[in-house]
Amino acid sequence: MNWMRFRPLYLLISGAVIAVSLYAISTWWFKPSIDFTGGTVVEYEFPGPVELENVKTAILQKQNDFEIKDAASLGEKNVQFRFGPDFTEEHARTIELSLGESLDEKPELVRFETVGPTLSSEILKKTYVAIAIASIGILLWIAWQFKSLKFGVSAILAMLHDTIILLGTFALLGHFVAVEVDILFVTAMLTILSFSVHDTIVVYDRIRETSKRSSGLPMIDIANRAVTETMVRSLNNSLTIIFMLVALFLMGGVTIKWFVFALLVGTITGTYSSPFVAVPLVVTWEELRKKMKR
Amino acid sequence: MKHSLRNLIIIFIIFVAGLFTAFPRPTQIKFSFRGINVDRVLNLPGISFNLAGFSFNRDLNLKLGLDLAGGSHLAFEADVSKINPDDQQSALEAAKSTIERRVNIFGVSESVVQTARVGESQRIIIELPGVRDTRGAVALIGRTAQLDFREVVESKEATDEAVFLTLQNTRSTGFTGADFRRARPSFDSTSGKPTVSFETKPESSQKFAEITTRLVGKPLAIFLDGLPISAPTVQTPITGGEGQITGSFTSDQTRELAGLLNSGALPIPVKLIEQRTVQASLGETAVNASVVAGLVGLSMVVLFMVIYYRWLGFLAVVGLLIYGLITLSIYKLMPVVLTLPGIAGFILSVGMAVDSNILIFERMKEELRVGKRWSDSMESAFGRAWDAIRDANTATLLTVFILLNPLNLSFLHTSGPVRGFAVTLGLGILISLFTGIFVTRTLMRVFARQNTEHKA
Repeated sequence: MNWMRFRPLYLLISGAVIAVSLYAISTWWFKPSIDFTGGTVVEYEFPGPVELENVKTAILQKQNDFEIKDAASLGEKNVQFRFGPDFTEEHARTIELSLGESLDEKPELVRFETVGPTLSSEILKKTYVAIAIASIGILLWIAWQFKSLKFGVSAILAMLHDTIILLGTFALLGHFVAVEVDILFVTAMLTILSFSVHDTIVVYDRIRETSKRSSGLPMIDIANRAVTETMVRSLNNSLTIIFMLVALFLMGGVTIKWFVFALLVGTITGTYSSPFVAVPLVVTWEELRKKMKR
Repeated sequence: MKHSLRNLIIIFIIFVAGLFTAFPRPTQIKFSFRGINVDRVLNLPGISFNLAGFSFNRDLNLKLGLDLAGGSHLAFEADVSKINPDDQQSALEAAKSTIERRVNIFGVSESVVQTARVGESQRIIIELPGVRDTRGAVALIGRTAQLDFREVVESKEATDEAVFLTLQNTRSTGFTGADFRRARPSFDSTSGKPTVSFETKPESSQKFAEITTRLVGKPLAIFLDGLPISAPTVQTPITGGEGQITGSFTSDQTRELAGLLNSGALPIPVKLIEQRTVQASLGETAVNASVVAGLVGLSMVVLFMVIYYRWLGFLAVVGLLIYGLITLSIYKLMPVVLTLPGIAGFILSVGMAVDSNILIFERMKEELRVGKRWSDSMESAFGRAWDAIRDANTATLLTVFILLNPLNLSFLHTSGPVRGFAVTLGLGILISLFTGIFVTRTLMRVFARQNTEHKA
């Protein structure tokens, strides 16, 4: 099948999705979790159903020193608040007691977390560094194994494509559904980074093999053949991973829900980007090189 | 064929050993079949042996990390500014081992104590799965634990009235917690109150005897971190090198104090910078739901493989089962402390293990289409798929290496969750290479050959 004929279409699809992603990232940025902002998260559990607004007013009546940065209802009985880094467990206990007095039911402090604000920039910095090192390492590895820089660079560009879409998705989710990015999201991103490359290498391997067997064939034909031959494998492989992730997303614990979702998005883009981003890039690169020579 | 048979036996041995190691313990076996009722708890033994001075003990229980078991996460910043730069590292290590000994007071087996360097600051990170009382943990771990035996400075306006003892009106006798050989919680033989009894080091017993001889009839004040805990009056000289610290203690407090004294004083001051209580119940529901979800997902993968690849798919599933057993066994043997990201890494590696099989099967189909014989197609499929499997998995291992950060480089992640993920993903890839290439291949050679050649 002549997949490479539709290169403008792939460019249009990827371009549009990336544009939306970049727009989302630049306008809304991310909703950072406590891992990034630092601060205090406090959760109270009431014996029976409770209204978030009532608890909030009760806290504000007693405690004016601290600004409630965020308040959320978790299920019927649990409420969660976020305060600044100065908020101590002592304060949380005081609120626990005063809530017991002003509301009919006595809550229990079930979660108290503080993270020093110094950790925030560190995590980000370490992640950038990790991605940079991994990218360079993978680029060199692919360039070496496939004996051409164009494979390495295109694979990394496809990976970047997947990363931007994942980031954009979470910028959108953060804005509309208040989904936070945390250290698990960072883990997911690094996973997708390697999955994307894993998938791309399998297709590249076919290009390498085909060009060895039938040298002289133009790159576009080799690429078409490689994409056709790996399509079933790509889809089957992604389907097994997607089965697993959908099950985890629908039924798994709340803690990993958005982590799994990030992996799901990454699996889909990672599968798409191998034949429709990484390979077209190699083909175009090769064509441009030929044109330049002439 | 001979090789295949030998390999098959190896696989069988691995299977049985894996089954034994991976089997959850204790397991309740309960079923009834035609009037036979079985209801007993099966508790398989762990592994324990000594070989030429190398001891290996594993209870073969899965170790759960903080997010799964719940507990406390603490980070202390160590103040090494007053220490000679050359000795900073050893001071930090000494502080770490002191903290490790203190952590043992809690009796948590899966606790993690690690040092981390973040920019200019030196940190000690402590994870205590199962410990809910974070405040208590902070108080115990962050304490300097300087025990000082002080005598009252004679002053002119000294009266018989009880004076409040402070660091100012007392002076050190030179006998400190460092002179202890061992401390243990006990009870006063006359009052029955909880006390801490101690033995001095042999070389210090003379010093203690001299001090107590000198101070007969006078108070000997005991200070912990600059605060008086008690000031008993010395009745008779203590020459046996044994003594008792009395005070208004509860038995929990004496247990903690004894533990603190045994662990020694912290060589450098530490400051708490991060404290988190992770709720166990939250972890538990998350784990249960995720395990069920994982099983559902896995059965869908199995179904898909069997329906799409038939007999080959079934063999791949058997290979996957052995893969699971080996992985679980290695988690227990290393042991790997399992966290939620860790489980995610495991699931991802399952996906990559399945991918190896799919790659090979698709290759085989192609070879068969060209008209090759079945066994030839299989062998060349393995050979051809290997390049892709090798290159792709190496790239993933490269990422794993960076996330794992085995050299403890300070500019990369040194925190638990990311590393836990890298450990399970890395292990998973290595094991999947083994099962994908060795186990599935042998199974195919032995079982699939006859089966399909019958058909042909």
